[in-house]
Amino acid sequence: MRRQLLKALGLAAVVAGTLGCAAGATAAEIETGGKLLLTGGVSSLEGGAGGGLATWAVIAGNETNNGVGGKVHATYVDVSDYTLRAAGAAVGLHDRIELSVARQEFDTGATGAKLGLGKGFTFKQDIVGVKLRVLGDAVYEQDTWVPQVSIGAQYKKNNQDAIVRAIGGRKDSGVDYYVAATKLVLDKSLVLSGAMRLTKANQTGLLGFGGDKNDSYTAQFEGSAGLLLSKRLAVGAEYRTKPSNLGFAREDDWVDLFAAYAINKTVSVTAAYVDLGEIATFKDQRGVYISLQAGF
Amino acid sequence: MRHFTQSAALAAVIALGLAGSALAQDAVPPGEQPVDPYVQSNANAGAKPMDDTRVFEAFRGKDGLVRIAADTVDRSMADPRIKEIFATTDVPRLKRTLAEQFCYVLGGGCAYSGRDMAAVHKDMGVTNRDMNALIENLQLAMDKEGVPFFAQNKLLAKLAPMQRSVVER
Ligand code: HEM
Repeated sequence: MRRQLLKALGLAAVVAGTLGCAAGATAAEIETGGKLLLTGGVSSLEGGAGGGLATWAVIAGNETNNGVGGKVHATYVDVSDYTLRAAGAAVGLHDRIELSVARQEFDTGATGAKLGLGKGFTFKQDIVGVKLRVLGDAVYEQDTWVPQVSIGAQYKKNNQDAIVRAIGGRKDSGVDYYVAATKLVLDKSLVLSGAMRLTKANQTGLLGFGGDKNDSYTAQFEGSAGLLLSKRLAVGAEYRTKPSNLGFAREDDWVDLFAAYAINKTVSVTAAYVDLGEIATFKDQRGVYISLQAGF
Repeated sequence: MRHFTQSAALAAVIALGLAGSALAQDAVPPGEQPVDPYVQSNANAGAKPMDDTRVFEAFRGKDGLVRIAADTVDRSMADPRIKEIFATTDVPRLKRTLAEQFCYVLGGGCAYSGRDMAAVHKDMGVTNRDMNALIENLQLAMDKEGVPFFAQNKLLAKLAPMQRSVVER
């Protein structure tokens, strides 16, 4: 039975390499849920469904209200002085609730030595997320401007408590809360999404939570705009504001330009040019973002 | 005049005999089955027509829509995901009314003579999966007709809200 797909951009991770090859031959035969291609977003860096850097209101996986779907992803970001590896999985229950996990590894590489941390020093962070769709349907409700709206929380735990404190951070764990609104404007072949996040996270939590400069929650914005060029291909841009809680280094907003391509109903790949600004005193962190995802 | 009345009466008797009890029935187009009486109205199409006729032209007018509607139905009837739902369907009628509906909605100036979306899909038990399967088939039919992707999405934007009337579970 072919349960086609259509959802887009899913990707996965651990198995991405293998699946990528296998899926070419068999995806058409695999039952993969019922969402329309590219209507489910991709996996965001923090694990849930979203753009690349931004979180969206859509629920991960290819399933509709009639089933349970999911998505796995592996992401690699390579900027001037650092690399970031992330992998994760998300489950979408009846297109209503999303549960996600992600692990991020922020590798300072040669820069680690210059920072006095040692070459190849790596910050790791685990993220557990939950998202609840509260109203609207991003895809079907094309006769109203009301978007799909979801609320969510992400618990993040960093493994470098001592270093986090040494650079002025307050804690090695924290919880982000967000509300996200996403709309497919089919009429114009556009996908628009915005989110408001309450957070204390420094560099999404990779450098801890709270800081000597500011230790309170602040409201940050995440926005994405994408144009669908075909059933398989979307291009667009994202912007994400960030707090700047640490005295030792400024933290900048993030920007990316992306292309998301659905190779088949299961596997998709996202490639982006990212500008992450200044990270831990190293300026102009620009480079590539590649994410491979598998959705079911 | 009297002659005319006589022949009309005769015709009515014959029609009655053929159509069984379908007294209130409009003439049934050739190849189609009669349906229970309903009030015909363009409002049954479930969406307001577009003002701009460029999209209609991108679909190659009514002829293009007739081909797209027929191909969508053929694909759906061959689609293992949803074919059972169409097992007892009056196929010529579905193809005709679907083409009328597309044409009306795209501002092509057709009248829609079919039934209302909620009424016609009632108790079919259509799911969102089924809905998306049908939309995929429509997309393939539009691809085959060579309709540009951006124009395709304008028709889909008109049809998508009908999910509320069509999908029951
Ligand atoms: C936006 C989506 C849809 C539109 C615009 C649409 C449109 C129509 C139209 C115009 C008719 C004929 C009305 C008449 O006979 O008076 C019809 C009938 C029918 N539709 Fe749909 N439909 C949609 C979705 C679906 C789906 C998802 C299914 C199932 C997979 C489905 C199954 C049927 C069947 C089986 C009939 C025939 C009913 C009968 O023979 O009495 N439709 N539809």
